[in-house]
Amino acid sequence: MALRHLLTKNTLATQPLGILGFRRVQTFSLPDLPYDYGALEPAISGEIMQLHHQKHHQTYITNYNKALEQLDDAMTKGDASTVVKLQSAIKFNGGGHVNHSIFWKNLAPIREGGGEPPKGSLGWAIDNNFGSLEALIQKMNADGAALQGSGWVWLGVDKELNSLVVETTGNQDPLVTKGPSLVPLLGIDVWEHAYYLQYKNVRPDYLKNIWKVMNWKYASEVYAKEFPES
Amino acid sequence: MSWSSCGSSSICSWSSSSFVPHDPPSKLLKKRSTPSIAQPGWKQRRNYSHNNRGVSKVFGYYGLKNPPYKLDALEPYLSQKTLEVHWGVHHRGYVEALNKQLEKNDRLYGCTMDELIKVSYNNGNPFTEFNNAAQVWNHDFFWESMQPGGGDMPTLGLLQQIEKDFGSFTNFKEKFIEAALTLFGSGWVWLVLKRDAKCLAIVKTSNAINPLVWNDIPIMSLDVWEHSYYLDYRNDKAKYVNTFMNHLVSWNAAAVRMVRAQAFVNLGEPKIPVA
Repeated sequence: MALRHLLTKNTLATQPLGILGFRRVQTFSLPDLPYDYGALEPAISGEIMQLHHQKHHQTYITNYNKALEQLDDAMTKGDASTVVKLQSAIKFNGGGHVNHSIFWKNLAPIREGGGEPPKGSLGWAIDNNFGSLEALIQKMNADGAALQGSGWVWLGVDKELNSLVVETTGNQDPLVTKGPSLVPLLGIDVWEHAYYLQYKNVRPDYLKNIWKVMNWKYASEVYAKEFPES
Repeated sequence: MSWSSCGSSSICSWSSSSFVPHDPPSKLLKKRSTPSIAQPGWKQRRNYSHNNRGVSKVFGYYGLKNPPYKLDALEPYLSQKTLEVHWGVHHRGYVEALNKQLEKNDRLYGCTMDELIKVSYNNGNPFTEFNNAAQVWNHDFFWESMQPGGGDMPTLGLLQQIEKDFGSFTNFKEKFIEAALTLFGSGWVWLVLKRDAKCLAIVKTSNAINPLVWNDIPIMSLDVWEHSYYLDYRNDKAKYVNTFMNHLVSWNAAAVRMVRAQAFVNLGEPKIPVA
């Protein structure tokens, strides 16, 4: 699946099975951005991109690796209560890593096609499910603005039903927590750290402007992979 | 004596101001009345309808309360800019949104702020008014939980109670900071006096929830929504939390709240010396 591919591509460690059957925990590292920090201006400022990538995303990865180590340790020891206790840290930090890895791919500078509306099968599916691209954007912006606290607003596709959905998740919950057959196409981070320095509390302005740098090409690729045109 | 008279900005003159726990919602529904005397702080709107000429409808609104210090008073720990945006835009926004919602909702009109929070929380299935009402209250409480030249340690009875319930003040401080740093997402960290357990405790809440909904008495709070520290500390939440504990927290305010809380929670027999 696209997500698992994303994660394993960025691992440093391999998993050798030594003589003793010793398995090292896979560690994750910060993926590079496919563009400069300032390339998404003026929609998203370079300062935000740098902090978001180098500090926030890195922190999620660091804490995720730490939690995985602790989990491995607890599993080896058979310490069930610790295993269960670690789940929230894994969900939060692992989710943060998963979500942000998708997010960087969702954005592109205008000169590299950011903001260009989707064509092909995804464009057709959007018209089919929502009526028009404008209607989809309006819905996502409304849901994103109404989300209380921290979270994400997603455009996803239901693999089983072949329908597009707009969903919100709280904190760093990945889209799959809303439905196991949901695949994320686009995600918008509506945590305050994603826009505060530039937009202060005016989240609707951030949501309006982020579409100018939205990478529909990536979303179309993911969609086409799920539903290859025969 | 009520909580709402100090912490909140509600100005309902006819509702009972006592802090009444667990009243069923029907008891708290008040009929809208038309006081003839203009109260200070009331916004009056004369509304002459076709049928009732000469009868004016008065709408009471919640107001944005000023913090007990100037907006630059918490420098260099919290900048004036942060206070201007956090109080002047976020907090004000919640107040205005709440007033707009109450305009349309007769049922919730006339409650004190505390009552409004408990009623709109609806035992975990909150009405839309809850978020705004709770955030107005939370921010009022938060500004008053800080002071210029804050930090240091509590004294006297509050310190004794902290030492009793946490072992030592250092341990309490560690636990509080840990709670703030392990809160996922947006929320608040509270020092509360628990009514049932009759002890102090540290509580983490998400988004707008506050300990009033569980009938506990808040003593001090810290806002860990990102907007409260992002302009000054960027992503360095740890520095913000430590700065709060070392330089901002108002143990004076906490002590006053503790004294009042003891009117509702019996923490033990007073030490009357035997002659």
